Amino acid sequence: MSRERTKAASFPVDRNDVELIRVAHPSHWKNPTPDGPYNLVVIGAGPAGLTAARDAASLGAKVALIERGLIGGACVNVGGIPSKSIIRTARLYADMRDAENFGGDTPQRLHVDFERAMMRMRQIRQHISRADSAAAIVAEGIDLYFGEGRFAGPDTVVVAGKTLHFKKALVATGAHASVPAIPGLAEAGYLDNGTMFNLTKCPPRLLVIGGGPLGCETAQSFCLLGANVVLAQSDPMFLPGEERDAAQILSDALAREGIEVRLNTEVTAVRMAGGKKLADLTRDGDTTTISVDEIITGVGRSPNVDGLGLEDAGVVHDAKGIKVDDHLRTTNPHIYAAGDVCLEYKFTHTAEASARIVVRNALFRGREKLSELVVPWCTYTDPEIAHVGLYPIEARLNGIPVKTYTVLMHDVARAVMDGEEEGFVKIHVREGSDRILGATVVAAHAGEMINGVTLAIRSGMGLHALADVIHPFPTQAQGIKMAGDAYRRTRFTSLRRRLAARWLAWSRR
Amino acid sequence: MLEADPAALSDDELLDRYQRAAFGYFLENVNPDNGLVADTSRPNSPASIAVVGFALSCYPIGVERGWMTRGAAVELTLAALRFFSASPQDGGDGVTGHKGFYYHFLDMRTGLRVWRCELSMVDTALLIAGFLVAGAYFSGDNDKEAEIRLLAETLYRRVDWRWAQGSSPTLRQGWKPKSGFLHYGWEGYNEATILYVLSMASPDSPTSNDSYTGWTATYQWENVYGHDVLYGGPLFMHQFSHAWIDFAGIRDAFMREKNSDYFENSRRSTYLHRDYARHNPYGFDGYGENLWGLSAGDGPGGFRASVERRTHRFSGYAARGAPFGPDDGTIAPWSYPASLPFAPDICLAALRHLGEHYPQVIDNFRLPSGFNPTLANRRKFGRDGWVSEGHYGLDQGIVVMMIENHRSRMIWELMRSNPHIRHGLGRAGFTGGWLSQPAVSAAGGRDVA
Repeated sequence: MSRERTKAASFPVDRNDVELIRVAHPSHWKNPTPDGPYNLVVIGAGPAGLTAARDAASLGAKVALIERGLIGGACVNVGGIPSKSIIRTARLYADMRDAENFGGDTPQRLHVDFERAMMRMRQIRQHISRADSAAAIVAEGIDLYFGEGRFAGPDTVVVAGKTLHFKKALVATGAHASVPAIPGLAEAGYLDNGTMFNLTKCPPRLLVIGGGPLGCETAQSFCLLGANVVLAQSDPMFLPGEERDAAQILSDALAREGIEVRLNTEVTAVRMAGGKKLADLTRDGDTTTISVDEIITGVGRSPNVDGLGLEDAGVVHDAKGIKVDDHLRTTNPHIYAAGDVCLEYKFTHTAEASARIVVRNALFRGREKLSELVVPWCTYTDPEIAHVGLYPIEARLNGIPVKTYTVLMHDVARAVMDGEEEGFVKIHVREGSDRILGATVVAAHAGEMINGVTLAIRSGMGLHALADVIHPFPTQAQGIKMAGDAYRRTRFTSLRRRLAARWLAWSRR
Repeated sequence: MLEADPAALSDDELLDRYQRAAFGYFLENVNPDNGLVADTSRPNSPASIAVVGFALSCYPIGVERGWMTRGAAVELTLAALRFFSASPQDGGDGVTGHKGFYYHFLDMRTGLRVWRCELSMVDTALLIAGFLVAGAYFSGDNDKEAEIRLLAETLYRRVDWRWAQGSSPTLRQGWKPKSGFLHYGWEGYNEATILYVLSMASPDSPTSNDSYTGWTATYQWENVYGHDVLYGGPLFMHQFSHAWIDFAGIRDAFMREKNSDYFENSRRSTYLHRDYARHNPYGFDGYGENLWGLSAGDGPGGFRASVERRTHRFSGYAARGAPFGPDDGTIAPWSYPASLPFAPDICLAALRHLGEHYPQVIDNFRLPSGFNPTLANRRKFGRDGWVSEGHYGLDQGIVVMMIENHRSRMIWELMRSNPHIRHGLGRAGFTGGWLSQPAVSAAGGRDVA
């Protein structure tokens, strides 16, 4: 990518970033000297690597942790933490514009201070990263190495000239933004999640390529921060794989905020002209050209597998990442993988959960399975879209009859009070039972609300019992309980009603 | 405006007025030389193949109701069938169709593709359904009616339904010469049941056995506002296939599992729309007990505006749905007659409410595609808000057919005896109800209530 053609500064941008580096990759770090073989060598100090190293060390294992860049991985530095920090500021501006709807006064002139929003993000990023400082990791009894880790054989890793022997190893090197194969894009310059957080000025007109979670979140937050945003998505709906009603609500919300939504649209070519980037957008064979100041791509993530010597260690991988079995073991039985480098669902929480499985399976001969995890996820647009478990179509394709109990957020009192009545709670159960198969929540705080359903699924609680779980009034999470209430009402069959009426009539005698 | 006072009319008189007014659309907007009917009554509107399908289905109703002669109906029907039979078909430009399917919009005069539009699978199905109605109704022992029957059968049989599956079990939505099949993500229940029924019944190029189950696998059965429904947001999804096929009492595997049927589902969906309007979560003007009905139709245009301190995005022609939206306060009033057979009480009440409270949107008993009372006295709109200009053929067609099905079941009875429809329903797994009774041969002259 040609950096000079983008409006982003170079990292570190300010003193917050300098402090972040000081904590997450100290400049004069002295790597330890290995003292015999390690129980566990972990390559990559992102969420998966940190979790595994800490869990193992806390149980008395001798652990080495290797990081080539900044501790914290993508989440802290270029992922969930910076993006959600910006979303908070974006929502603030959305609320200010919408102040009248909340009984307030909309400011006459609303000036968006983009630089301040980005500075706040960098402050927060630096603040959160302190919990995972190099010094803190060492204090937990972990040997921390900075440098490029590379397998030199089936049981050795070399880092910065030192050879580490291991009984078990974990590859947790994460993933990086995929490069879209669009002619002229690299020459014209573009940003992705690795570089967009270095922006210091809001691009007046912005093209976001990709309508998955990252693309939608990015498009919405930059729109609310004042950019004119075009969002191009090759699929017929946003968030492919999510339920169509969820995608529909999001699509409406994005359009209402002023994003130019282009579905079924491929970006087929990019070129520079007069200091602007011209992008050709093609839909059903018809092409239009738009002019923008900046392009941000959010088209997926590719695993970090290069330069690790995986072949030397007998670890098989392909374009999707390292091949693992359900126990997260690679093709070398002594080497495991966790997190984005091997998982389909590239989330911080799945990275951490998979790392915990690895510690138990690798060090304590556990037989825990990745497939047994109940994994929720959330797209942090406004409204948020959260999901856990099966989708109805997955259930039906597996021959499971499914019924969905739907509560509209406009029926949830607190959501109405909050002016956040857009969205729904859908809980999917096996037809004829109250066994919860999955759920989708679209709501302003769906990411918080889904936890009740995840807990219910994990603990085997049915929808009938969920109706008995008392939720404080008024909370938006009551939408979950209301789905349980809806289930209960359908159980009041005419026979039950008749029996109840007869009993009550008898009781009045 | 209304020339007669609707309040003074009986239910049947009222329905007769609305039905006849809708029927008039086809005679006013048809090109008698080729039988093509304009998509809308606006100047320079092209023809829509689906509207032609509705027109062909409505002519027999017009004959039975005495609104046109049988001879005139034969002439218009033959003109259309002959046109499609002789129309150019290949993958290039300057044609009418491809593989037996037709482009969505055609030039009213030449009948060639316009607007670089898509070859439309579902709109072709609605056209073919019109051919089959014509073939079933015109059973007379004369050369012209024999030609109608022959052409209808030939045009149906030449459609290459198998090709339209592409490389997947489900049917593709559209196709364009340059870009091939369109991928519009046709997930979930919608108006396409008739497309699957016709495609599975084809004697020459049927879809594979897994096509219908591939589609029904995407269905979502939901409990919303206390109704158990197979969800489809806009009301037209619960109406269009039902204009030709009586789904009451017959069930496929999905409905057997749910102990319901598609007719009952349309009834519940109609009530769900009314419940949504009672909730009126976004505070649109007029919504309530008797003003409801979101569907595909015309809209006030693509703009954002603040109404009562709340930002809304208003759309042009779009599919609006309940309860998940989109909803911009635009009501499709033709939904009431179009859902009449399913929920006559609430549809009639809504139709009367419309006449009493919004007479200005009704053009001598003919209903517009949409109107939006929320926009009254806002932006460039006057005190009536936004009202769709002119009329749309699809809306008028569904109004004529569904009022007729409500009054006499005429189209349902005609199609019950059609061997292709019965065969297609059977292949899709429908059993029970009228399908377990032998077919009664169709008759051309029938008494209607």
